[in-house]
Amino acid sequence: MTETAKNTDLTKKQALVQYAAQIGDNGLIIGHRMSEWCFKAPSIEMEMALMNSALDLIGQARELYTYAGVAGGEGKTEDDFAYLRDEEDFRNLLLAEMPNGDWGDTIVRLFFMSAYNKLFYTALAKSTDKELAAIGEKSLKEVTYHLRFSSEWLIRLGDGTEESHNRVQKSIDNLWAFTGELFTMNEVENILLDDGISVDVTSLRPAWDKIVSDVLTQATLVKPQNDWAQLGGKSEGRHTEYMGYIIAEMQYMQRRYPGCEW
Amino acid sequence: MTASNKKNDPAEIWAILEEVKDPEIPVLSIVDLGIAREAKFTEGGQLEIVISPTYSGCPAMYMLEEQINETLHNHGFSDVLITTKLSPAWTTDWMTEQGRKKLEAYGIAPPEKSSQNKSVLFGGQKQVSCPKCKSDHTEQISEFGSTACKALYRCLDCLEPFDYFKCI
Repeated sequence: MTETAKNTDLTKKQALVQYAAQIGDNGLIIGHRMSEWCFKAPSIEMEMALMNSALDLIGQARELYTYAGVAGGEGKTEDDFAYLRDEEDFRNLLLAEMPNGDWGDTIVRLFFMSAYNKLFYTALAKSTDKELAAIGEKSLKEVTYHLRFSSEWLIRLGDGTEESHNRVQKSIDNLWAFTGELFTMNEVENILLDDGISVDVTSLRPAWDKIVSDVLTQATLVKPQNDWAQLGGKSEGRHTEYMGYIIAEMQYMQRRYPGCEW
Repeated sequence: MTASNKKNDPAEIWAILEEVKDPEIPVLSIVDLGIAREAKFTEGGQLEIVISPTYSGCPAMYMLEEQINETLHNHGFSDVLITTKLSPAWTTDWMTEQGRKKLEAYGIAPPEKSSQNKSVLFGGQKQVSCPKCKSDHTEQISEFGSTACKALYRCLDCLEPFDYFKCI
């Protein structure tokens, strides 16, 4: 496992650790965002749905971080990844850290992410890395539910009142610039691709476009035509201005009381 | 204290595992739920229990591990290893017939048999019978319920709300 890959100083082992961790980062960050709705959602059913889905996503992140720790062989635990890394170490998609905004913003963010997650975990379930494949198989069942929930809400809002239609269209237009990043490859994904460990996310775009077009059509909403993409989170840990606040709140306890446990 | 195990009877171990109940649905054991997958002795004589989590984020899993350990310990098995297995992923099809009956008697509609068509994005809302009056005239109130594994329904005949154990 000490073999050095082409054009990089990362070993395959280091790449695997980062790969598992960055998939976990997506779940942890969007899951944390969704958990911010606790006690604030418009109705109790909506709140339970978001909390249950957030729990799935954070649970998936725990499995991935635990595996990253095992693969690294340095005795790191899930908490090391969640609580003791700095902002630039997180390689989540920028979409995950977007603020909750109104209910429409939260639903559109979850819809874009869930459509991606469904395709991503379907592919990860076929990874040559057995543990990643198992996590993919397990997670797929959960994100399928998230996709259905968010799709139904998107249709309800889009095909609802003039107010809900206009507002959710605005959410789509605002978040669209963050969807291009979903289909870009970063260094560790490229290193692990030849061995069939990582997913070629560039190949997921047509299927994602189809899911999005189908649901938006049913929702009487318009898919933006401008495909300019904001990048940086996944490739180099360059985050939006929102990320620092998430990290500060999420890591406060562990930073203030190092080593504290439940 | 040296860890040791008393005897090697698998049937007895499964009977002990029946004592470990789901904290949220106390009528169901981890055997009924299909969470406990295997019970075997390793070459070193350690008792290994293989479990599969229902949902990735299910907060009951940690508690269940503690309870498995404690229960087996109380029955004389002090050297227990608990392993989590994610693949094949847990499905409601693993719930035992006895478990389904207990669930219904407890007031929770059991999951549909076989989760084949869950890839369907919309429609095909499953017919769920009311656990109280057995009417099929029911509707879904919320796709997510009090725990990750349940959805909320309402009977349109007896008007009682009830939980439905989701099929995954």
